[in-house]
Amino acid sequence: MIRSELIQKIAEENPHLQQRHAEAIVNAIFEEIIEALAQGDRVELRGFGAFSVKLRDARIGRNPRTGETVEVEEKCVPFFKAGKLLRERLNAAKASE
Amino acid sequence: MADKTLTRMDLSEAVFREVGLSRNESAQLVESVLQHMSDALVAGEQVKISSFGTFSIRDKAARVGRNPKTGEEVPIHPRRVLSFRPSQLMKERVARGNRR
Repeated sequence: MIRSELIQKIAEENPHLQQRHAEAIVNAIFEEIIEALAQGDRVELRGFGAFSVKLRDARIGRNPRTGETVEVEEKCVPFFKAGKLLRERLNAAKASE
Repeated sequence: MADKTLTRMDLSEAVFREVGLSRNESAQLVESVLQHMSDALVAGEQVKISSFGTFSIRDKAARVGRNPKTGEEVPIHPRRVLSFRPSQLMKERVARGNRR
């Protein structure tokens, strides 16, 4: 499933919405999550999962092509952990296959 | 870091601000979006949101685990796990926003 398919599903389910509104809604959700993480906040969506920010320490990296060492500064990276309900659903489906 | 925790309510509020719907309907739309994404993943589909990231399902083989406290061996059954790979854009925005 890609972004446009998700928008399509929302549009089909809500015939009173214009296509551009369905698009604006889906985009607003993802934008809000990125914005929160960029501010160092967490986003917790019970049953689905939680987005958070993790700090990666500075390290000495290596350019794989030249073998040259480079200093990589510490940086923050986005992280997602699936929620309990979703994890259970993923494995319930597997069991009944 | 992690000053604040946003919830569904904050996402609904973002939808509410964006499109002139009721708060109640905005909340339902947030729920539908999460539901569709979950359903696709449960069906084994990858969910690829451009400029956000990709959620994918990986199959993990069975292995023997160990209770770290008692040292007891416990079988871990094969299972499906969800992984999220953030887009380059998301990584850049998160790194830039949290620079110290």
